[in-house]
Amino acid sequence: MKFRRLGLMLLPVFAASYALAQGGGDKRRTGYQDMSPALQQMQDDDTSNPGMLFVQAGETLWKQPAGKANKSCADCHNGVETSMKGVAARYPAIPKGADTPVDLAGRINLCRTGQQQAEPLQPESQDLLALTSYVTYASRGLPIAPPNDPRLAKFRSEGEAMFRRREGQLNLSCANCHDDNAGKKLAGATIPQAHPTAYPVYRSEWQTVGSLQRRLRNCLIGIRTDAYAYDSPQYLALEVFLMDRARGLKIEAPGIRP
Amino acid sequence: MANALINAPKTAKRGEAIEIKALILHPMETGFRPGTNGRMIPRNIIEFFSARWNGEEIFKMTFSPAIAANPFVSFFTIARESGKIDFLWTGDENFRVEESVSIVVT
Repeated sequence: MKFRRLGLMLLPVFAASYALAQGGGDKRRTGYQDMSPALQQMQDDDTSNPGMLFVQAGETLWKQPAGKANKSCADCHNGVETSMKGVAARYPAIPKGADTPVDLAGRINLCRTGQQQAEPLQPESQDLLALTSYVTYASRGLPIAPPNDPRLAKFRSEGEAMFRRREGQLNLSCANCHDDNAGKKLAGATIPQAHPTAYPVYRSEWQTVGSLQRRLRNCLIGIRTDAYAYDSPQYLALEVFLMDRARGLKIEAPGIRP
Repeated sequence: MANALINAPKTAKRGEAIEIKALILHPMETGFRPGTNGRMIPRNIIEFFSARWNGEEIFKMTFSPAIAANPFVSFFTIARESGKIDFLWTGDENFRVEESVSIVVT
């Protein structure tokens, strides 16, 4: 009897230490933690972060009427601070009436063609990156929270399969670098764990802001395989998987990366 | 889509040294790079940047093709009187951007 009582008393202690171990067990690191202090400082200061130029440009576009409907984003959604808060943290998602996921940039283009009756913005165009940056900025500091849509499971497992599949002349998978060898060096640069917390990201290598798809394209070319066209289902599947893999990590866009 | 970010204090004490930071969106194309068609991309850089405090020039800078895209300029100046600081960037392809901030000196 006595032992049982002791056991019951100890139970919360065990539970607490288990929970603590789980919390401390998260070995995930974002690219931010692996980059130089100089770059971290550049990202943290909004007046030296060139990504903020895109956020600022996005704000102008947000208020600018477009298309045959002659409506601006703000006409329906008002300010991003409330209407777009947390939106970037849950994309890619499957929009109403569709059965395949779209990422945030794709969602913006759906609004453009559907609501504004305007031409869709070209992938990686400055306007699309600016709008995406502005909308993502409203989710800064919020944890990545992919929707619990059962239809996404299929795309997530497709993405995961791609992540682990060896490809290209170098015969490497994403996991070979970003799971097995993250934290080590590749040609002087630290291999990140590839968590998409900072997109659209300002890369000093690009000297401009680019999307996650552009980054994936870079990696594909790096392992010497053919890159897919923008907005192809392969990128979307990878994006769905990567966002799920980074679930809970905080959005830090507009980020800076070397 | 030319836009700039200026970071200057809104207030300052007379005689105080203040830091002013200016960041502008610009490709700073060097003119030494071939494009995808093999032909050289024409040079497109900012050539000149200046800052004027109530009309008086307090900082100027000539840019070269070796300066990276989206140039970030930071400089110090002494706060003397309240007023307006005007910034001007000019460059190739009739690039011209003006920005201004106001500052109160006590």
